[in-house]
Amino acid sequence: MEIAGHRVPRHGVRILVIWAVLSAIAIPLVVVVLGPHLPPGRMSAQAGAQTDANTVLTALLVPILLLILVFLGYAVFAFRQEGSAIQDGPPMRGHNGIELTWLLVTATIVVALAVWGSYTLVKSSPGSGGGQGPSAPFAPSGSSQAVPIQVIGQQWAWTYRYPSYGAFETRDLRLPVNTLVAFHVTSLDVTHSFWAFRLGVKADAVPGVDNIAFVKARDVGSFTIRCAELCGLWHGHMSGTGHVVSTADFHAWAAEQQTAQEPFSKYLGPFSRAYFPLPLHRAG
Amino acid sequence: MPEPFQREHRTLWQGVLGFNVLSAIVLGILGFFVGAWIGDRIAAGHDYLIGTDQNDVAVFMGYLFGTVGWLAGLGFLNYPLSRMAGRPASLRHHEFGGVGRYFRLCTDHKVVGIQYFFGVGIFFFIGGLNAMLMRTELLRPVEHPFSAGQYLSLVGLHGTMMIMMTSAFIVGPFANFLLPLMIGARRLAFPRIEALTFWLTPLAGLVLMSAIAGNGFPTGWTGYAPLMVQARSGMDAYIFAFILIGTSLTLLGLNLLTTVLTMRAPGLTWSRLPIFVWGVASTAILMALAAPVLIAAMLMGLMDRAANTGFYLASLGGSPYLYENLFWFFGHPEVYILALPGFGIVLEILPVFARKPLWAYRLAVAGMLGVALLSFMVWQHHLFVSGMNASLRPFYMLTTELISIPTGFIFLNGMGTLWRGRIRFTVPMLFALAFFFNFLIGGLSGIFLSDVPSDVTTHGSYFVMAHFHYTIMGGLVFAFFAATYYWLPKMLGFTLHEGLAKIHFWLMFVFFNLTFFPLFAAGFVGMPRRVSTYAPGLQNLNDFVSASAYVLGFSMLIFLANLIYSLVFARVPAPDNPWESKSIEWQLPTPVPVLDFDRIPVFNTTPYEYGVEDAPPVASLEPSPVPAGS
Repeated sequence: MEIAGHRVPRHGVRILVIWAVLSAIAIPLVVVVLGPHLPPGRMSAQAGAQTDANTVLTALLVPILLLILVFLGYAVFAFRQEGSAIQDGPPMRGHNGIELTWLLVTATIVVALAVWGSYTLVKSSPGSGGGQGPSAPFAPSGSSQAVPIQVIGQQWAWTYRYPSYGAFETRDLRLPVNTLVAFHVTSLDVTHSFWAFRLGVKADAVPGVDNIAFVKARDVGSFTIRCAELCGLWHGHMSGTGHVVSTADFHAWAAEQQTAQEPFSKYLGPFSRAYFPLPLHRAG
Repeated sequence: MPEPFQREHRTLWQGVLGFNVLSAIVLGILGFFVGAWIGDRIAAGHDYLIGTDQNDVAVFMGYLFGTVGWLAGLGFLNYPLSRMAGRPASLRHHEFGGVGRYFRLCTDHKVVGIQYFFGVGIFFFIGGLNAMLMRTELLRPVEHPFSAGQYLSLVGLHGTMMIMMTSAFIVGPFANFLLPLMIGARRLAFPRIEALTFWLTPLAGLVLMSAIAGNGFPTGWTGYAPLMVQARSGMDAYIFAFILIGTSLTLLGLNLLTTVLTMRAPGLTWSRLPIFVWGVASTAILMALAAPVLIAAMLMGLMDRAANTGFYLASLGGSPYLYENLFWFFGHPEVYILALPGFGIVLEILPVFARKPLWAYRLAVAGMLGVALLSFMVWQHHLFVSGMNASLRPFYMLTTELISIPTGFIFLNGMGTLWRGRIRFTVPMLFALAFFFNFLIGGLSGIFLSDVPSDVTTHGSYFVMAHFHYTIMGGLVFAFFAATYYWLPKMLGFTLHEGLAKIHFWLMFVFFNLTFFPLFAAGFVGMPRRVSTYAPGLQNLNDFVSASAYVLGFSMLIFLANLIYSLVFARVPAPDNPWESKSIEWQLPTPVPVLDFDRIPVFNTTPYEYGVEDAPPVASLEPSPVPAGS
């Protein structure tokens, strides 16, 4: 290309070529090398869907990142003013075609992302392991047969209750593998958030609310539980370990707990789905 | 130049004893104790307070009377009281005079801008110091050297200092100082309200810091109820400071919006408006519409704490969700209150140092207004796992991702302006380019948080923390320093030392990225925010981040040293137009005269006519007088 007798390099072509080469290297690296290490892993169906989402998003965002970084890097080197003289550049004010293309491309990407995110949330991995409130609009198939586990947060500990086993209570979370589980998360005092990282579950524990999250574990193993919403002094210590066990082990353990607690649990009234704490208590 | 107002002559003792910041502090403290005493008399026997060991009514009454004392001490009541007594009073205060102007009620927009620069800057440094202490705690995975309670106080103070106190980090100094110059207006629409918006800010900062005396507050900057209702009296300081800042932001927003709508000089059409003015105007819309919601949320929290009303308490028929909704209905526009002026700054600076017109001006305007509009429709993405409104999640996912479109416009403007430009790497330009680098990473990481399945992993983790530090610190603070190095010579009349400025830039840019990029990884492996203890396996990563953060903090000290060196020791007078900019503020003498312009200028064109043959100057500063009625 020539402007006023001077040969002008094809900057745009160069930028696109550099970008295409870098993207062609980076995208497979993201998918093959980084992808398997992206959180939260594949311990449950829901965690797997989240890992897929993180992998696809990274693979999609890396070329966008590269495009702008390559452009900025190229511009910084190619369009720098040598010496101290101040010269003006060409007075370009815009280009309808480029502006419209940019608008259409970005709009297509974000609408596609929203559609794909909604499809994952509603259809392919209903709920995606997140808390959905008492009505749980995006429930996986077979949710009416899910094993209910009530998760009760309080400052600063988690308690678990198993309504289908005589409502025994424990500080030791166990759930059966390959079985749909419904966590009913609530709180006795302030807002907490039940976060089982590897299991791909996060649901706020809000006083007065029964917040439901579904999960179907695939692998036997243990996972860390933390509180993900600031809840006061010992928020950082509100952690524990949960276990995914085989169905037979789970039933044996649950039956044992149920029998052990039977002598007093039979005198308790029906338990509540949500709690309404008194406001007078003031802590640090 | 004719001086229509009498220069005030005052002796030293009149200066010290008059209405200024000293009398404001004295009357403010006096007011606090009077109010606390009255509150104690009112509420001491109240049932609700008998059940607790503290009297929130007294604390709030103290802050309220303290505020009245502070404003009376500054002289905000002189005008209405004089008029009530039938005496003539001037609406303009202390516009002439020396350094003393900066410590009292002054209605000169340039003085208010510089007051904001130093006033907000102090709180920025206190917030930064808190961050250094937090990183010290995180050197080890156990509670050392601070206790869990001390660490939470630091978290709360750092967050509120940085987000509450620095809401007007760019708009305060630069819009107050520059907007009237850029639109040829001599002043904002309401100069006394302009002074009030500033003087509420240091008061809010002092109230906020008084939280330390009340054992701090354990909620972080978000102040979620019911923890807010449960917390001890440090929380009252948080609530009252946020009410003061909310008032200040609302008034500032209305003031700026009125000014831009009604006070543009002749010839300054909407398509000739400097892009920074568009950034400020879209921010002003957000301030005027979002901050009142914050005030309402805080007043309900105040009532819950002082009068047991139960707006946010499930046991009394209220809902914790009510607070979360109101807070984030303010809170999400708030992050754009921080970001939008930054967009305006970098797009204002890029054409000057690329020597090209701003590329696709109308797209930049559309981008800013689009962000402002959409920012009111996305707030529930902070609440994806809260259990609230689950069926509306696809809607909030869509609106949140749509906001990337107008934000993308700003990137296209930047790229188009750089394209085949003649780029000069001055310090403001370096900060502006770094803004794009940081904001790109910050913006793209936000896509993970807008996608519900991905957000279930990352919500409440260090990923979120890294994301918003990339947008707010990487965006707002870098834009702030771009603006500082660009305009401070015009504002203060002295040149800043360039070598120190470049050291500041490179240390800040490199160590900002080394501090916050690893924290994406910390979030991805499951480290929650706001904890003083973490998994021992993450110690190396956290130590690396802490070490980088110390250097980042040190780079701020270099800026401070540069400021002190350049203003106190070197004192090299700044030329009128050191950057060869075509914008109107650089056509004025340095320092800018008290009345800005001898005549109201007439604008001829946009301020970006670089490389245009025979372009007229942006404005005629000495327009020929037009006979009345012509």
